[in-house]
Amino acid sequence: MDVRAKLAILADAAKYDASCASSGAKSTRAGSQIGSTEGMGICHSYSPDGRCISLLKILLTNYCIYDCQYCINRISSDTPRARFTVDEVVSLTMEFYKRNYVEGLFLSSGIIQNSDYTMEQLIAVAKQLRTVHGYGGYLHLKTIPNAAQSLIEEAGKWADRLSVNIELPSEGDLYQLAPEKKKPQIVGAMQGIRQKIDEAQQEQAAGYKPPRFAPAGQSTQMIVGATPTSDVEVLKTASELYTGQRLRRVYYSAYSPIPHADARLPGQAPPLIREHRLYQADWLMRFYGFEADEIVTEPDRNLSLDIDPKLAWALANRHFFPVDVNRASREELLRIPGIGVRNVKRLLAIRKHKNLRSEDLKKLRVAWNRAKVFVLTADHNPNLSDLDKLDLGKRMRPKSQQLMLFDAAGSARSGEV
Amino acid sequence: MHFVRIDTFDQWRSEARRLLLAETAPSEVSFSTTDDQLSLFASEPNVPTSSGQRGAAAASVLKVPREFLALAETVACHRGTHRWELLYRTVWRLTHGEPQLLQISMDDDVHSLQQMLKAVTRDVHKMKAFVRFRKLEEASSPQASYVAWHRPDHRIVRLAAPFFARRFKAMHWTILTPDESATWDQTQLRYGAGVPASESPDGDALEALWKTYYASIFNPARVNVAMMKREMPVRHWQTLPETELIPELLAAAPARVAEMIENNEGFAQTAAHYMPADTGLDSLRAAAASCRACDLHHCATQTVFGEGPPRARIVIVGEQPGDNEDIAGKPFVGPAGQLLDQSLARAGIQRDEVYVTNVVKHFKFTTRGKRRLHRKPDSREIFACRPWLEAELAAVKPSSILCLGATSSQALFGRDFRITLSRGQTFETEWSRRTIATWHPAAILRMPDAARSQQMEQQLVDDLVLAAARPGKT
Repeated sequence: MDVRAKLAILADAAKYDASCASSGAKSTRAGSQIGSTEGMGICHSYSPDGRCISLLKILLTNYCIYDCQYCINRISSDTPRARFTVDEVVSLTMEFYKRNYVEGLFLSSGIIQNSDYTMEQLIAVAKQLRTVHGYGGYLHLKTIPNAAQSLIEEAGKWADRLSVNIELPSEGDLYQLAPEKKKPQIVGAMQGIRQKIDEAQQEQAAGYKPPRFAPAGQSTQMIVGATPTSDVEVLKTASELYTGQRLRRVYYSAYSPIPHADARLPGQAPPLIREHRLYQADWLMRFYGFEADEIVTEPDRNLSLDIDPKLAWALANRHFFPVDVNRASREELLRIPGIGVRNVKRLLAIRKHKNLRSEDLKKLRVAWNRAKVFVLTADHNPNLSDLDKLDLGKRMRPKSQQLMLFDAAGSARSGEV
Repeated sequence: MHFVRIDTFDQWRSEARRLLLAETAPSEVSFSTTDDQLSLFASEPNVPTSSGQRGAAAASVLKVPREFLALAETVACHRGTHRWELLYRTVWRLTHGEPQLLQISMDDDVHSLQQMLKAVTRDVHKMKAFVRFRKLEEASSPQASYVAWHRPDHRIVRLAAPFFARRFKAMHWTILTPDESATWDQTQLRYGAGVPASESPDGDALEALWKTYYASIFNPARVNVAMMKREMPVRHWQTLPETELIPELLAAAPARVAEMIENNEGFAQTAAHYMPADTGLDSLRAAAASCRACDLHHCATQTVFGEGPPRARIVIVGEQPGDNEDIAGKPFVGPAGQLLDQSLARAGIQRDEVYVTNVVKHFKFTTRGKRRLHRKPDSREIFACRPWLEAELAAVKPSSILCLGATSSQALFGRDFRITLSRGQTFETEWSRRTIATWHPAAILRMPDAARSQQMEQQLVDDLVLAAARPGKT
């Protein structure tokens, strides 16, 4: 099989991986000849699914000895199989990189022979890029479940980011769909990476120059919609990972219908809206000071699909409003629907010099339609009278309530929210 | 009224300084650039004189926030014709009673400056993203060189080029744009004249691979064209080879999704498809005789199912039937079976007290002349056959299980089990509280080192004794 045929199979197999970030490694490795990392990631292209293409995202092989039901590469699937050699991946990466097609390499793999052997193969690619080719670009390695800690540590030496996939939100989900993967082992692997990252940071702080260890931190991916687990559970798991394991990112991947789906899985994908809402909620936890269980206001413990989680929270907690934009603290400002982190920063800077009026907020391009009911400004804000109306929730919702059915179908098709 | 012609930021800076010192209000100045039309009232614009001496002296007098200079330098690359006067008006206001002006984002001038700044930085970012080098091999030079043609929205070549020099340090490269070109020869950056699109380099053989990647990474279940166009504006598409594929990818998407959802065919089978309703051992044996869950049934003589009392206390699990077993239809009757019988006798266990079976129920082999040589079953075959073993264990409910060799140990303990590390230890599994792994008799027979082979045989006997021990007794 030639490289092009392998690439078609092994890129296709990687398209369910949501990770795309290429940021976070602050400085380029010393002695690099080709490639740099300067903190900011660059998206070099966009695919018609609206997702960015910043990394060459491939599997080393899609042969796999595991049988995780949600995965197209599971042993019982009859998907076409291929395997790259280490040299093929190295040369593809270098050639793509030199033409500025990509920002770096994201390398994952199905598990062949055993976990350690597979991890060694991934490390071989990374090591060859760094040592033989003087490659200084971004490198994200997936750690293989159950691989030896010593191998994961070596991977961290060469890679900018490591990720361990948590796969499913709860232990029960894993048992049901991926019996060979155990949550304690997955979290244990993250713990090991976290400790190494912490050690390197402490040595740096103490003035030593430790060898690099995953300077862009670690991330993980969770598949949503493959099991009936509620959004609260998903967010709680994510929250534990952010605080306990200090993850940089948790990626959510709406369960895509994959060919030959197993009988244990729902036959239809959940709307992409749900994935979008989870990302919004995730953002609220990371940058806005929300807790997982206060974000979800619906009785069925799922995020509302028709309005964003911040607005949903505001509607459920009207006693918190109105918030006075000229006096409120940063934490309070962050809770106003339609006002984002950057605008809060601007408001705090501007109000030292002048009193803020509704006109100013509009000029700052806050989402006035959402914010107007909840803010107290220096001038008279007539919209405030709506705050106590019983039907406020109804008014704030999108107009086409009865068309919900087609809405969801439409947005699931177009991905637009 | 002063008419000033400005082309570069440095010109603007010295001119602005001169005008400020002369207390010339913004409304008194009309800025133009070379490519502008001259204003109706302007006579020949005065060519600005360099104000070196006065400027140096005035620098201490004129206090401008450092933040403004950085902003102005970037905004100067914007193509908007009113940029010079906007910058001058801002610097005037900064030095005439509004030193905090830049903090007030909703001021109209500040807002315009910020919008222009955003446009330029975004354009620089897009240049870093959308430059596509093409490799040129020239017979005259030993070094391949990489050339790209790109059309930025603003005059940003000098803002972006240093980034490319850092990133592609060990390459000769040139980036051509309509306004200006930049070249790097691995030691220094040189800027030259702009070139039209017709001068852009020809294709590169690697683009075919890049397009393959682009088509494969697209997930047809998630089409979102608006998002793609927002981030990858259509005006840049002509220099991005992959964009040619977009129409056909979109056209094929609905059919591909339908296929993804519908397609439950070709799901590789497992023994679960042949499982009878009655899960007693006799019924299982009869059903397994016609199992076609993997391809091994084609060449094997028959299914070799487990054998032994239906309520046996011990189940012994091997890898798969060999040549003799395939002919006889019974497990462990060949050379390895004889060694197993000897070891059972040494451990004080009757062969007919134990239930003996294999992970894979068909013989897998390659033919060498007239001989059939055993081949290891692969994970696909082990997976397909596994439901039979699970059903046997569920029916017999043994108090201990002894796995012979790596294949059967890994089938029960998981793929990361190492028999060399964990042989002879008792583990709890879902089928039995006492599951033990030990050497396969065939491995003992193949061991060339006689001393080691004796030692392994003794360990096999010890492990059989351990399996037979009644829990609670020592």
